Amino acid sequence: MKKTNFSRLGKDIWRQKFIYLMLIIPLVYYFIFKYIPIWNAQIAFRNFRSVRYGITGPKTPWIGMANFKEFISSFYFWSLMRNTLGYSFGKLCVSLPVSILLSICIYECRITPLRKTVQTLSYLPHFLSWVIMYGILLALLSPSDGIVNELIRMFGGKPVDFLTNSAVFPFLVIFSDAWKEMGWSAIIFIAALMGIDVSLFEAAMVEGANSWQRVKYITFPSILPTIVIVLLLKIGTIMEAGFNQIFMLYSPAVYNVADIVDTWVYRQGLLDGRFGLATAAGLFKGLIGMCLLFVSNFFSKKVSSSSLF
Amino acid sequence: MAKKKKESVAVRLTAADKGFNITVNTLMTFLLVIIVIPLWCTITMSFRPNDYLGSYIQGMFMAPWHWSFSAYHALLGNNGFLIAFSNSLKILVFGVATALFLTIPLAYGLSVKDLRGRSIISIFIIIPYVFNVGVVPTYILVAKLGLRNHLFSVFAPVAISTYNCLIMRAFFEGIPNDLRESASIDGCNDIQTMFKIILPLSKAIIMTIGLYYGVQFWNDYFRPMLYLDKDYLRPLPILLRNILLAAGMNEFVEANAFGNASIESIKAASVFMSAIPMVIAYPFIQKYFTKGTLAGSVKG
Repeated sequence: MKKTNFSRLGKDIWRQKFIYLMLIIPLVYYFIFKYIPIWNAQIAFRNFRSVRYGITGPKTPWIGMANFKEFISSFYFWSLMRNTLGYSFGKLCVSLPVSILLSICIYECRITPLRKTVQTLSYLPHFLSWVIMYGILLALLSPSDGIVNELIRMFGGKPVDFLTNSAVFPFLVIFSDAWKEMGWSAIIFIAALMGIDVSLFEAAMVEGANSWQRVKYITFPSILPTIVIVLLLKIGTIMEAGFNQIFMLYSPAVYNVADIVDTWVYRQGLLDGRFGLATAAGLFKGLIGMCLLFVSNFFSKKVSSSSLF
Repeated sequence: MAKKKKESVAVRLTAADKGFNITVNTLMTFLLVIIVIPLWCTITMSFRPNDYLGSYIQGMFMAPWHWSFSAYHALLGNNGFLIAFSNSLKILVFGVATALFLTIPLAYGLSVKDLRGRSIISIFIIIPYVFNVGVVPTYILVAKLGLRNHLFSVFAPVAISTYNCLIMRAFFEGIPNDLRESASIDGCNDIQTMFKIILPLSKAIIMTIGLYYGVQFWNDYFRPMLYLDKDYLRPLPILLRNILLAAGMNEFVEANAFGNASIESIKAASVFMSAIPMVIAYPFIQKYFTKGTLAGSVKG
């Protein structure tokens, strides 16, 4: 019995040898670029001083949880957590309603040129990098030659340096993200709207429902499941507050309100050479992220039978 | 879009319907203005002559025949800019080629439902995706492999995105299995089936995923900053950042033979130049990506 199983296994593998052949290179890639970093992550538990001394060995001794203790008890810890979660929630609260509104407007708009223009242009900023966004924000907001400050001056106000003002900076981060991503995040809602059965609207019109009521009772409820899924999937990535964006926009003047775990890890680990501490912080964030991902995946499977994996 | 609906709406409009249409159109116009102003402001700033006396807001409504191209002359005549541009192009082309070369076979292999060990391989690729160890361990790996100061280091650590691979796999799974079977009856092996049957049917997803990778590599600032410290290797985002921080501006202003490009217009022009490849590629690929993006959301 066992022997036949084995020979069947062998036969199956031989039959699909070309597929395994195709898989070899990508899997070797995974081993090198995804698994060796996981192995390297053990320096979070070691006193790692330099790449020269290696990851393992007597020159990088085990120090247990010391790096984690230092990170969690450090003066920065709570402000890093507050900023990371604050930016994620803030972005969620602003950009989700905005993209839902955008998608409903695009769906309901009867002026075709306007609709097409908005739809096409609203995707575009998603493809611009945060360096480019930084350039655009400078053109808008710079205290000496930005458009916004010119308006402020015109109305007799004092120019504000938005990028280095710690009271304004969080809003700048949240709203610039909403501006950049609203069209792109609306795609999934537009797709859901396209799936609505048109006969529902016809029936509603026969019953005398006006446009507002149709949006309230048909359009919005039809995309509610999609909204729930998007919300759940966003919760899975709540620890990702947007490294590229904040890294590009922040400056020492706003570190206290701008620093998220990722930017802090970068500065500690790669600028100040505290590799062990930074890896510990990265692992800490990675573990929380993993738990959240499992939770959100579990619930989105329950709600909609669609999941990431 | 909803053509049927449009016809039936035209039948009878109540006051509430009219109000609704006005609200929607106003909102759309408002959104259009919000989207366009920042872009337009940057573009017009790049065309502004140095001796322009009007305010910045007036500059936004400047007539095109008053536009000055001196900032673009200054940039295109600058060696540093051209080198950065060609580095970015190299990263884009080699990066996307490598990424697709690795992602397509992986996604295809994983989409074969009766593959022995398929679930083990899936778990193998999903573990690193779920458990993100952060930037330092990867940095150490790249340093140890001696990839620093090699353009390869910019895309090698991210040459397969597991997320993109899963989207692609979902698309391949949607292709009827009968096609594969009939190809194998006709004597195709799995590699031939992939090239002759599956890939021609998957243009939309390949374009979409290629676009995702291309955008990622073209826009990447962080990895070039980490791994490349030589001036002749720096890609456009690094140069753009330096220009925006007004570091090394002198070389542009002095090298400018026309002598009438202001620092602001050079900044804005370099922003625009960095965006150009994305803006040019965008309409061609746009028709694919709605299709391709949805492939992932329907069956993930």
